[in-house]
Amino acid sequence: MAVAIIGAGQSKFGTRKDVNVAELAWEAVKPAMQSANVEQKDIDFMVVGTAGMWSSEAAVPALMYEYGKFEDVGSMRVEAACATGNAAIRVGYTAIESGEADVVLVLGVEKMQESPNPTVIELIGRFGSYFWEFENFGLTFPGYYALHATAYMAKYGATEEDFARVAVKNHHYGAKNPYAQFQREISLEKALNSPYVAWPFKLFDCSPITDGSAAVILASEEKVKEWGIEEKIWILGQGVGTGTANLSRRESFTSLRSAAYAAEVAYKKAGIDMDAPYKYLDGADVHDCFTAAEVIAYEDLRFAKRGEGVQLVREEQTYIGGRIPVNVDGGLKAKGHPIGATGVSQAVEAWKQLLSKAENGRQVDVKNGRYLAHNVGGTGHYSYVTIYGLEKR
Amino acid sequence: MDDLRKAAETNIKEYGFPVAIDEKSGALQWVDMRDLHLKYVISIENIQNFYEGLREGKLLATKCKKCGELFFPPQKDCPKCMDDDMEWVELKNEGVLETLTVIFVRPPSFASYDPYTVAIARLDDGVKITAWLKGDPQKVRPGQRVKVEVSKRKEGYLMYEIVPVEG
Repeated sequence: MAVAIIGAGQSKFGTRKDVNVAELAWEAVKPAMQSANVEQKDIDFMVVGTAGMWSSEAAVPALMYEYGKFEDVGSMRVEAACATGNAAIRVGYTAIESGEADVVLVLGVEKMQESPNPTVIELIGRFGSYFWEFENFGLTFPGYYALHATAYMAKYGATEEDFARVAVKNHHYGAKNPYAQFQREISLEKALNSPYVAWPFKLFDCSPITDGSAAVILASEEKVKEWGIEEKIWILGQGVGTGTANLSRRESFTSLRSAAYAAEVAYKKAGIDMDAPYKYLDGADVHDCFTAAEVIAYEDLRFAKRGEGVQLVREEQTYIGGRIPVNVDGGLKAKGHPIGATGVSQAVEAWKQLLSKAENGRQVDVKNGRYLAHNVGGTGHYSYVTIYGLEKR
Repeated sequence: MDDLRKAAETNIKEYGFPVAIDEKSGALQWVDMRDLHLKYVISIENIQNFYEGLREGKLLATKCKKCGELFFPPQKDCPKCMDDDMEWVELKNEGVLETLTVIFVRPPSFASYDPYTVAIARLDDGVKITAWLKGDPQKVRPGQRVKVEVSKRKEGYLMYEIVPVEG
Protein backbone atom coordinates (compact mmCIF):
# COMPACT_ATOMS: atom_id res chain seq x y z
CA MET A 1 0.00 0.00 0.00
CA ALA A 2 1.58 3.29 -1.12
CA VAL A 3 1.74 6.05 1.46
CA ALA A 4 1.35 9.78 0.79
CA ILE A 5 1.83 12.95 2.78
CA ILE A 6 -1.44 14.84 2.30
CA GLY A 7 -0.84 17.70 4.71
CA ALA A 8 2.07 19.39 6.46
CA GLY A 9 2.76 22.13 8.94
CA GLN A 10 5.42 23.45 11.23
CA SER A 11 5.92 26.04 13.91
CA LYS A 12 8.44 28.82 13.85
CA PHE A 13 11.65 27.29 15.24
CA GLY A 14 13.71 29.10 17.84
CA THR A 15 13.40 30.25 21.44
CA ARG A 16 9.71 29.81 22.12
CA LYS A 17 9.17 31.09 25.63
CA ASP A 18 5.76 32.30 24.45
CA VAL A 19 4.20 28.81 24.31
CA ASN A 20 4.14 25.56 26.28
CA VAL A 21 4.70 22.10 24.77
CA ALA A 22 1.07 21.50 23.76
CA GLU A 23 0.62 24.98 22.29
CA LEU A 24 3.87 24.63 20.35
CA ALA A 25 2.83 21.22 19.00
CA TRP A 26 -0.57 22.56 17.95
CA GLU A 27 1.15 25.21 15.81
CA ALA A 28 2.25 22.33 13.56
CA VAL A 29 -0.74 19.99 13.96
CA LYS A 30 -3.32 22.64 13.00
CA PRO A 31 -1.85 23.60 9.59
CA ALA A 32 -1.07 19.93 8.88
CA MET A 33 -4.71 18.96 9.45
CA GLN A 34 -6.02 21.99 7.61
CA SER A 35 -3.83 21.47 4.54
CA ALA A 36 -4.86 17.79 4.48
CA ASN A 37 -8.48 18.78 5.03
CA VAL A 38 -8.90 16.16 7.75
CA GLU A 39 -10.61 16.26 11.13
CA GLN A 40 -9.73 14.55 14.40
CA LYS A 41 -12.14 11.70 13.67
CA ASP A 42 -10.28 10.85 10.45
CA ILE A 43 -7.03 10.05 12.27
CA ASP A 44 -6.47 6.32 12.95
CA PHE A 45 -3.16 6.60 14.68
CA MET A 46 -0.99 9.32 16.16
CA VAL A 47 2.79 9.06 16.43
CA VAL A 48 4.74 11.62 18.42
CA GLY A 49 8.48 11.93 18.04
CA THR A 50 10.00 13.60 21.07
CA ALA A 51 13.33 12.87 22.72
CA GLY A 52 12.28 14.78 25.81
CA MET A 53 14.23 14.85 29.09
CA TRP A 54 14.86 18.59 28.87
CA SER A 55 11.17 19.43 28.80
CA SER A 56 8.62 18.95 31.53
CA GLU A 57 6.02 16.81 29.77
CA ALA A 58 6.82 13.13 29.14
CA ALA A 59 3.48 11.74 27.94
CA VAL A 60 3.21 14.02 24.92
CA PRO A 61 0.88 11.78 22.82
CA ALA A 62 -1.71 11.87 25.62
CA LEU A 63 -1.13 15.58 26.13
CA MET A 64 -1.88 16.19 22.45
CA TYR A 65 -4.84 13.81 22.49
CA GLU A 66 -6.30 16.00 25.20
CA TYR A 67 -5.25 19.40 23.83
CA GLY A 68 -6.30 18.55 20.26
CA LYS A 69 -9.55 16.85 21.23
CA PHE A 70 -8.77 13.60 19.46
CA GLU A 71 -11.06 10.62 19.98
CA ASP A 72 -10.62 6.85 19.82
CA VAL A 73 -7.14 6.90 18.37
CA GLY A 74 -4.06 4.79 19.05
CA SER A 75 -0.85 6.62 19.82
CA MET A 76 2.76 6.15 20.76
CA ARG A 77 5.88 8.13 21.56
CA VAL A 78 9.02 7.43 19.51
CA GLU A 79 12.66 8.21 20.29
CA ALA A 80 15.78 7.78 18.14
CA ALA A 81 17.97 10.63 19.38
CA CYS A 82 18.24 13.32 16.69
CA ALA A 83 16.52 11.00 14.17
CA THR A 84 13.44 10.85 16.38
CA GLY A 85 11.31 12.72 13.82
CA ASN A 86 12.06 10.34 11.00
CA ALA A 87 11.61 7.36 13.30
CA ALA A 88 8.11 8.69 13.96
CA ILE A 89 7.49 8.93 10.22
CA ARG A 90 8.77 5.35 9.93
CA VAL A 91 6.19 4.14 12.43
CA GLY A 92 3.37 5.99 10.68
CA TYR A 93 4.51 4.89 7.24
CA THR A 94 4.77 1.21 8.15
CA ALA A 95 1.42 1.33 9.97
CA ILE A 96 -0.23 2.36 6.71
CA GLU A 97 1.93 0.15 4.49
CA SER A 98 0.92 -2.87 6.54
CA GLY A 99 -2.78 -2.04 6.31
CA GLU A 100 -3.01 -1.37 10.04
CA ALA A 101 -4.04 2.27 9.55
CA ASP A 102 -5.36 4.54 6.79
CA VAL A 103 -4.61 8.00 8.11
CA VAL A 104 -1.82 8.80 10.56
CA LEU A 105 -0.80 12.03 12.25
CA VAL A 106 2.95 12.23 12.73
CA LEU A 107 4.10 14.97 15.08
CA GLY A 108 7.62 15.89 16.06
CA VAL A 109 8.03 18.30 18.93
CA GLU A 110 10.78 19.42 21.24
CA LYS A 111 10.97 22.22 23.75
CA MET A 112 14.65 22.08 24.60
CA GLN A 113 14.77 25.52 26.15
CA GLU A 114 12.56 24.50 29.07
CA SER A 115 15.91 23.51 30.58
CA PRO A 116 18.94 25.78 30.96
CA ASN A 117 21.67 25.33 28.31
CA PRO A 118 24.20 23.62 30.63
CA THR A 119 21.63 20.93 31.48
CA VAL A 120 20.88 20.41 27.78
CA ILE A 121 24.62 20.08 27.04
CA GLU A 122 24.86 17.55 29.85
CA LEU A 123 21.93 15.52 28.49
CA ILE A 124 22.93 15.55 24.80
CA GLY A 125 26.43 14.34 25.69
CA ARG A 126 24.82 11.07 26.70
CA PHE A 127 23.66 10.23 23.15
CA GLY A 128 26.62 7.91 22.61
CA SER A 129 27.83 5.18 24.92
CA TYR A 130 27.31 6.68 28.34
CA PHE A 131 29.67 4.51 30.35
CA TRP A 132 32.75 4.33 28.12
CA GLU A 133 32.52 7.76 26.55
CA PHE A 134 30.69 10.22 28.77
CA GLU A 135 31.16 9.10 32.36
CA ASN A 136 34.94 9.29 32.33
CA PHE A 137 35.84 11.25 29.23
CA GLY A 138 33.11 13.87 29.00
CA LEU A 139 32.51 13.60 25.27
CA THR A 140 30.01 16.26 24.33
CA PHE A 141 27.82 16.04 21.27
CA PRO A 142 29.90 18.52 19.25
CA GLY A 143 32.87 16.42 20.41
CA TYR A 144 31.51 13.24 18.83
CA TYR A 145 31.18 14.88 15.43
CA ALA A 146 34.45 16.77 15.88
CA LEU A 147 36.20 13.38 16.06
CA HIS A 148 34.82 12.76 12.56
CA ALA A 149 35.69 16.25 11.33
CA THR A 150 39.32 15.88 12.46
CA ALA A 151 39.63 12.49 10.79
CA TYR A 152 38.12 13.91 7.59
CA MET A 153 40.52 16.86 7.63
CA ALA A 154 43.52 14.59 8.15
CA LYS A 155 42.49 12.18 5.39
CA TYR A 156 41.22 14.55 2.70
CA GLY A 157 42.84 17.89 3.46
CA ALA A 158 39.63 19.73 4.33
CA THR A 159 40.02 22.90 6.39
CA GLU A 160 38.06 24.74 9.05
CA GLU A 161 37.26 27.28 6.34
CA ASP A 162 35.68 24.59 4.17
CA PHE A 163 33.38 23.65 7.03
CA ALA A 164 32.55 27.29 7.70
CA ARG A 165 31.35 27.63 4.10
CA VAL A 166 28.62 25.09 4.87
CA ALA A 167 27.39 27.36 7.68
CA VAL A 168 27.49 30.39 5.37
CA LYS A 169 25.32 28.55 2.80
CA ASN A 170 22.81 27.34 5.35
CA HIS A 171 22.48 30.77 6.94
CA HIS A 172 22.04 32.22 3.44
CA TYR A 173 18.94 30.07 2.99
CA GLY A 174 17.82 30.32 6.61
CA ALA A 175 17.56 34.06 6.03
CA LYS A 176 14.88 33.34 3.43
CA ASN A 177 12.89 30.92 5.61
CA PRO A 178 10.34 32.60 7.91
CA TYR A 179 10.21 29.43 10.05
CA ALA A 180 13.97 29.39 10.71
CA GLN A 181 15.54 30.15 14.08
CA PHE A 182 18.28 32.31 12.50
CA GLN A 183 17.01 34.47 9.67
CA ARG A 184 20.26 36.28 8.99
CA GLU A 185 23.20 35.71 6.70
CA ILE A 186 26.67 35.32 8.14
CA SER A 187 30.05 36.06 6.64
CA LEU A 188 32.85 33.54 6.37
CA GLU A 189 34.91 35.73 8.71
CA LYS A 190 32.20 35.77 11.34
CA ALA A 191 31.95 31.98 11.25
CA LEU A 192 35.73 31.56 11.40
CA ASN A 193 36.15 34.05 14.23
CA SER A 194 33.59 32.49 16.54
CA PRO A 195 34.88 30.71 19.68
CA TYR A 196 35.76 27.02 19.73
CA VAL A 197 33.15 24.60 21.07
CA ALA A 198 34.97 21.35 20.30
CA TRP A 199 37.97 21.78 18.03
CA PRO A 200 37.79 21.98 15.00
CA PHE A 201 34.21 23.17 15.52
CA LYS A 202 33.45 26.73 16.46
CA LEU A 203 30.11 28.19 17.49
CA PHE A 204 28.99 28.66 13.87
CA ASP A 205 29.77 25.04 13.00
CA CYS A 206 27.12 23.88 15.46
CA SER A 207 23.35 23.70 15.23
CA PRO A 208 21.57 25.52 18.05
CA ILE A 209 19.39 24.42 20.95
CA THR A 210 15.88 24.92 19.66
CA ASP A 211 12.17 24.76 20.44
CA GLY A 212 9.94 23.71 17.58
CA SER A 213 7.34 21.38 16.14
CA ALA A 214 6.48 19.86 12.77
CA ALA A 215 3.64 17.61 11.66
CA VAL A 216 2.53 15.66 8.60
CA ILE A 217 -0.62 13.73 7.81
CA LEU A 218 0.08 10.39 6.14
CA ALA A 219 -2.62 8.60 4.17
CA SER A 220 -2.96 5.34 2.27
CA GLU A 221 -3.30 5.32 -1.51
CA GLU A 222 -6.86 4.14 -1.04
CA LYS A 223 -7.76 7.17 1.12
CA VAL A 224 -6.02 9.51 -1.30
CA LYS A 225 -8.24 8.15 -4.08
CA GLU A 226 -11.40 8.12 -1.96
CA TRP A 227 -10.92 11.74 -0.94
CA GLY A 228 -9.64 12.81 -4.36
CA ILE A 229 -6.57 14.45 -2.83
CA GLU A 230 -4.57 16.38 -5.40
CA GLU A 231 -1.90 18.05 -3.28
CA LYS A 232 0.28 15.23 -2.03
CA ILE A 233 3.72 13.70 -2.16
CA TRP A 234 4.53 10.00 -1.86
CA ILE A 235 7.06 8.21 0.29
CA LEU A 236 9.01 6.38 -2.41
CA GLY A 237 11.44 4.60 -0.15
CA GLN A 238 13.03 4.69 3.23
CA GLY A 239 16.17 3.09 4.60
CA VAL A 240 17.12 2.76 8.25
CA GLY A 241 20.57 1.98 9.60
CA THR A 242 22.07 1.52 13.06
CA GLY A 243 25.59 2.17 14.31
CA THR A 244 27.59 1.07 17.33
CA ALA A 245 27.11 2.94 20.60
CA ASN A 246 30.87 3.37 21.09
CA LEU A 247 32.59 5.34 18.37
CA SER A 248 35.68 3.26 19.10
CA ARG A 249 33.85 0.27 17.61
CA ARG A 250 33.54 2.03 14.24
CA GLU A 251 35.79 1.16 11.32
CA SER A 252 35.98 4.67 9.94
CA PHE A 253 35.46 8.23 11.10
CA THR A 254 35.14 9.74 7.63
CA SER A 255 31.77 8.13 6.97
CA LEU A 256 28.68 7.12 8.92
CA ARG A 257 28.22 3.55 7.85
CA SER A 258 24.61 3.45 9.06
CA ALA A 259 23.78 6.43 6.83
CA ALA A 260 25.49 4.96 3.77
CA TYR A 261 23.53 1.75 4.36
CA ALA A 262 20.22 3.59 4.86
CA ALA A 263 20.85 5.51 1.62
CA GLU A 264 21.50 2.31 -0.32
CA VAL A 265 18.25 0.76 0.93
CA ALA A 266 16.26 3.92 0.21
CA TYR A 267 17.69 4.33 -3.31
CA LYS A 268 16.94 0.70 -4.11
CA LYS A 269 13.34 1.02 -2.93
CA ALA A 270 12.85 4.26 -4.84
CA GLY A 271 14.44 2.86 -8.01
CA ILE A 272 17.26 5.40 -8.02
CA ASP A 273 20.58 4.73 -9.72
CA MET A 274 23.29 4.43 -7.07
CA ASP A 275 26.02 5.79 -9.36
CA ALA A 276 24.60 9.30 -9.63
CA PRO A 277 21.55 9.55 -7.37
CA TYR A 278 21.63 13.37 -7.43
CA LYS A 279 20.51 13.24 -11.07
CA TYR A 280 17.19 11.82 -9.87
CA LEU A 281 16.63 14.37 -7.12
CA ASP A 282 15.64 18.04 -7.08
CA GLY A 283 17.18 18.66 -3.70
CA ALA A 284 17.93 17.27 -0.29
CA ASP A 285 17.74 18.04 3.39
CA VAL A 286 20.73 16.48 5.12
CA HIS A 287 21.52 16.26 8.79
CA ASP A 288 23.90 19.19 9.32
CA CYS A 289 23.89 19.19 13.11
CA PHE A 290 27.53 20.18 12.56
CA THR A 291 29.04 21.56 9.36
CA ALA A 292 31.36 18.60 8.77
CA ALA A 293 28.38 16.27 9.11
CA GLU A 294 26.88 17.85 5.99
CA VAL A 295 30.08 17.23 4.02
CA ILE A 296 30.23 13.60 5.15
CA ALA A 297 26.52 13.26 4.27
CA TYR A 298 27.25 14.30 0.66
CA GLU A 299 29.51 11.27 0.43
CA ASP A 300 27.35 8.81 2.35
CA LEU A 301 24.46 9.79 0.06
CA ARG A 302 26.71 9.48 -3.02
CA PHE A 303 26.29 13.08 -4.11
CA ALA A 304 30.08 13.01 -4.34
CA LYS A 305 32.78 10.35 -4.29
CA ARG A 306 34.69 9.69 -1.06
CA GLY A 307 36.91 12.64 -0.25
CA GLU A 308 35.22 14.85 -2.83
CA GLY A 309 32.33 16.13 -0.69
CA VAL A 310 34.48 19.08 0.27
CA GLN A 311 34.80 19.97 -3.42
CA LEU A 312 31.03 20.40 -3.60
CA VAL A 313 31.34 22.97 -0.83
CA ARG A 314 34.25 24.81 -2.45
CA GLU A 315 32.47 24.93 -5.83
CA GLU A 316 29.12 25.90 -4.26
CA GLN A 317 27.52 22.87 -5.91
CA THR A 318 24.95 22.52 -3.12
CA TYR A 319 23.41 25.96 -3.66
CA ILE A 320 20.30 26.20 -5.90
CA GLY A 321 21.58 25.85 -9.46
CA GLY A 322 24.44 23.54 -8.49
CA ARG A 323 24.74 19.76 -8.71
CA ILE A 324 22.13 19.35 -5.95
CA PRO A 325 20.63 22.01 -3.66
CA VAL A 326 21.08 20.98 -0.02
CA ASN A 327 19.41 22.45 3.06
CA VAL A 328 17.77 25.36 1.30
CA ASP A 329 15.51 25.67 4.37
CA GLY A 330 18.59 26.64 6.41
CA GLY A 331 19.24 23.10 7.61
CA LEU A 332 19.63 22.24 11.25
CA LYS A 333 22.33 24.90 11.36
CA ALA A 334 20.12 27.92 10.67
CA LYS A 335 16.58 26.57 10.73
CA GLY A 336 17.32 25.06 14.14
CA HIS A 337 17.38 21.55 15.56
CA PRO A 338 14.49 20.77 17.91
CA ILE A 339 15.53 17.10 18.17
CA GLY A 340 12.14 15.38 17.74
CA ALA A 341 10.82 17.89 15.21
CA THR A 342 13.82 17.89 12.86
CA GLY A 343 13.02 14.74 10.86
CA VAL A 344 9.36 15.69 10.48
CA SER A 345 10.38 19.20 9.47
CA GLN A 346 12.48 17.68 6.68
CA ALA A 347 9.31 15.97 5.41
CA VAL A 348 7.47 19.30 5.62
CA GLU A 349 10.28 20.81 3.54
CA ALA A 350 10.07 18.01 0.92
CA TRP A 351 6.33 18.67 0.74
CA LYS A 352 6.82 22.41 0.28
CA GLN A 353 9.60 22.04 -2.28
CA LEU A 354 7.96 19.38 -4.43
CA LEU A 355 4.63 21.24 -4.43
CA SER A 356 6.49 24.51 -5.20
CA LYS A 357 5.29 26.17 -2.00
CA ALA A 358 8.72 27.28 -0.74
CA GLU A 359 9.39 30.95 -0.07
CA ASN A 360 11.06 33.27 -2.59
CA GLY A 361 14.75 32.68 -3.12
CA ARG A 362 14.76 29.18 -1.74
CA GLN A 363 12.49 27.26 -4.09
CA VAL A 364 14.35 24.64 -6.10
CA ASP A 365 13.51 23.79 -9.71
CA VAL A 366 11.20 20.79 -9.63
CA LYS A 367 12.33 18.74 -12.61
CA ASN A 368 12.67 15.21 -11.31
CA GLY A 369 9.89 15.39 -8.75
CA ARG A 370 11.97 13.76 -6.02
CA TYR A 371 13.40 15.09 -2.75
CA LEU A 372 15.62 13.35 -0.20
CA ALA A 373 15.76 13.64 3.58
CA HIS A 374 18.71 12.36 5.59
CA ASN A 375 18.21 12.32 9.35
CA VAL A 376 20.87 11.03 11.71
CA GLY A 377 20.41 10.17 15.38
CA GLY A 378 23.46 10.36 17.59
CA THR A 379 26.63 10.15 15.52
CA GLY A 380 25.23 7.62 13.08
CA HIS A 381 23.73 5.60 15.90
CA TYR A 382 20.47 5.70 13.96
CA SER A 383 20.24 6.84 10.35
CA TYR A 384 17.14 7.40 8.26
CA VAL A 385 17.10 8.23 4.56
CA THR A 386 13.68 8.93 3.08
CA ILE A 387 12.87 9.72 -0.54
CA TYR A 388 9.73 11.64 -1.36
CA GLY A 389 8.20 12.00 -4.82
CA LEU A 390 5.39 13.66 -6.73
CA GLU A 391 4.64 10.47 -8.64
CA LYS A 392 3.87 7.19 -6.96
CA ARG A 393 6.40 4.47 -7.73
CA MET B 1 18.30 30.11 35.35
CA ASP B 2 19.45 31.10 38.84
CA ASP B 3 18.18 34.62 38.17
CA LEU B 4 14.83 33.22 37.09
CA ARG B 5 14.66 31.11 40.21
CA LYS B 6 15.40 34.09 42.44
CA ALA B 7 12.78 36.15 40.65
CA ALA B 8 10.28 33.31 41.07
CA GLU B 9 11.02 33.08 44.79
CA THR B 10 10.45 36.81 45.16
CA ASN B 11 7.32 36.59 43.06
CA ILE B 12 5.82 33.85 45.24
CA LYS B 13 5.69 36.42 48.00
CA GLU B 14 4.71 39.41 45.88
CA TYR B 15 2.57 37.84 43.18
CA GLY B 16 1.49 34.58 44.72
CA PHE B 17 3.10 32.22 42.17
CA PRO B 18 6.61 31.01 41.22
CA VAL B 19 6.67 32.98 38.00
CA ALA B 20 9.26 35.12 36.24
CA ILE B 21 9.52 37.09 33.05
CA ASP B 22 11.89 35.79 30.37
CA GLU B 23 14.26 38.68 29.73
CA LYS B 24 14.61 38.29 25.97
CA SER B 25 11.02 37.59 24.98
CA GLY B 26 9.16 39.19 27.85
CA ALA B 27 7.03 36.05 28.08
CA LEU B 28 5.81 34.91 31.48
CA GLN B 29 7.33 31.64 32.70
CA TRP B 30 6.35 29.29 35.51
CA VAL B 31 9.60 28.31 37.21
CA ASP B 32 9.37 24.62 38.11
CA MET B 33 9.59 24.08 41.86
CA ARG B 34 10.70 20.43 41.51
CA ASP B 35 14.37 19.55 41.14
CA LEU B 36 15.51 16.42 39.37
CA HIS B 37 18.97 15.19 40.26
CA LEU B 38 20.21 12.24 38.19
CA LYS B 39 22.90 9.87 39.33
CA TYR B 40 23.16 6.35 37.95
CA VAL B 41 24.41 3.13 39.52
CA ILE B 42 25.96 0.94 36.81
CA SER B 43 26.85 -2.74 37.18
CA ILE B 44 30.50 -3.66 36.61
CA GLU B 45 30.04 -7.09 38.17
CA ASN B 46 31.07 -8.93 34.98
CA ILE B 47 34.03 -6.72 34.10
CA GLN B 48 35.63 -6.57 37.54
CA ASN B 49 38.88 -7.91 36.06
CA PHE B 50 39.21 -4.83 33.94
CA TYR B 51 39.46 -2.69 37.06
CA GLU B 52 41.76 -5.18 38.75
CA GLY B 53 43.96 -4.82 35.66
CA LEU B 54 44.00 -1.04 35.85
CA ARG B 55 45.13 -1.31 39.48
CA GLU B 56 48.15 -3.26 38.22
CA GLY B 57 48.72 -0.79 35.39
CA LYS B 58 47.44 -3.22 32.77
CA LEU B 59 44.84 -2.72 30.07
CA LEU B 60 42.63 -5.80 29.80
CA ALA B 61 40.10 -6.95 27.22
CA THR B 62 37.91 -10.03 26.92
CA LYS B 63 38.62 -12.65 24.30
CA CYS B 64 36.27 -15.43 23.19
CA LYS B 65 37.89 -18.78 23.91
CA LYS B 66 36.14 -20.35 20.90
CA CYS B 67 36.50 -17.85 18.07
CA GLY B 68 39.26 -15.62 19.44
CA GLU B 69 37.31 -12.37 18.92
CA LEU B 70 38.73 -9.59 21.06
CA PHE B 71 36.37 -7.18 22.81
CA PHE B 72 37.19 -3.66 23.95
CA PRO B 73 35.42 -2.21 25.82
CA PRO B 74 35.36 -5.66 27.42
CA GLN B 75 32.07 -7.53 27.26
CA LYS B 76 30.70 -10.58 28.98
CA ASP B 77 29.20 -12.34 25.97
CA CYS B 78 30.42 -13.39 22.54
CA PRO B 79 27.61 -12.68 20.09
CA LYS B 80 29.37 -14.68 17.35
CA CYS B 81 29.51 -17.94 19.32
CA MET B 82 26.39 -17.13 21.35
CA ASP B 83 28.55 -18.14 24.24
CA ASP B 84 30.03 -16.47 27.31
CA ASP B 85 33.21 -18.49 27.57
CA MET B 86 35.60 -15.55 27.73
CA GLU B 87 39.13 -15.09 28.93
CA TRP B 88 40.84 -11.90 30.03
CA VAL B 89 43.88 -10.87 28.00
CA GLU B 90 46.26 -7.97 28.32
CA LEU B 91 46.18 -5.57 25.37
CA LYS B 92 49.25 -4.17 23.70
CA ASN B 93 49.24 -0.72 25.18
CA GLU B 94 50.67 0.90 22.07
CA GLY B 95 49.05 1.95 18.88
CA VAL B 96 48.27 4.72 16.44
CA LEU B 97 46.20 7.87 16.99
CA GLU B 98 43.14 7.86 14.72
CA THR B 99 41.36 11.08 15.63
CA LEU B 100 40.99 13.69 18.35
CA THR B 101 39.06 16.74 19.51
CA VAL B 102 39.48 19.34 22.21
CA ILE B 103 36.34 19.90 24.28
CA PHE B 104 36.12 23.62 25.06
CA VAL B 105 32.45 23.85 26.00
CA ARG B 106 32.25 21.31 28.80
CA PRO B 107 29.22 19.75 30.48
CA PRO B 108 28.68 21.16 33.99
CA SER B 109 29.77 17.82 35.44
CA PHE B 110 33.23 18.39 33.86
CA ALA B 111 33.43 22.07 34.77
CA SER B 112 36.29 21.53 37.21
CA TYR B 113 38.55 20.45 34.34
CA ASP B 114 40.35 22.70 31.85
CA PRO B 115 39.50 22.05 28.17
CA TYR B 116 40.43 18.43 27.61
CA THR B 117 41.45 16.43 24.55
CA VAL B 118 39.52 13.26 23.72
CA ALA B 119 41.22 10.88 21.31
CA ILE B 120 40.60 7.53 19.69
CA ALA B 121 43.58 5.26 19.08
CA ARG B 122 43.86 1.92 17.32
CA LEU B 123 45.95 -0.39 19.47
CA ASP B 124 48.34 -2.82 17.82
CA ASP B 125 45.98 -5.71 18.67
CA GLY B 126 43.39 -4.12 16.40
CA VAL B 127 40.91 -2.82 18.95
CA LYS B 128 40.29 0.90 19.40
CA ILE B 129 40.19 2.88 22.59
CA THR B 130 38.67 6.23 23.50
CA ALA B 131 40.36 8.26 26.24
CA TRP B 132 41.78 11.64 27.15
CA LEU B 133 45.01 12.53 25.41
CA LYS B 134 47.83 13.76 27.62
CA GLY B 135 49.82 16.76 26.43
CA ASP B 136 49.48 19.44 23.80
CA PRO B 137 46.89 18.46 21.17
CA GLN B 138 48.48 20.82 18.66
CA LYS B 139 51.63 18.72 18.65
CA VAL B 140 49.94 15.50 17.55
CA ARG B 141 48.27 14.34 14.36
CA PRO B 142 46.28 11.28 13.32
CA GLY B 143 48.82 8.59 12.42
CA GLN B 144 51.02 9.44 15.39
CA ARG B 145 52.27 6.59 17.62
CA VAL B 146 50.70 6.59 21.09
CA LYS B 147 50.62 4.44 24.20
CA VAL B 148 48.03 3.89 26.88
CA GLU B 149 48.95 4.63 30.49
CA VAL B 150 47.08 4.36 33.72
CA SER B 151 47.03 7.44 35.90
CA LYS B 152 45.04 8.99 38.67
CA ARG B 153 42.14 11.34 38.01
CA LYS B 154 41.60 14.57 39.89
CA GLU B 155 38.82 12.81 41.80
CA GLY B 156 41.38 10.25 43.01
CA TYR B 157 40.37 7.18 41.00
CA LEU B 158 42.39 5.35 38.34
CA MET B 159 41.76 5.87 34.66
CA TYR B 160 43.56 5.15 31.40
CA GLU B 161 44.86 7.87 29.12
CA ILE B 162 46.43 8.10 25.69
CA VAL B 163 49.97 9.45 25.66
CA PRO B 164 51.94 10.42 22.54
CA VAL B 165 55.14 8.45 22.01
CA GLU B 166 58.14 10.70 21.34
CA GLY B 167 60.01 10.53 18.07
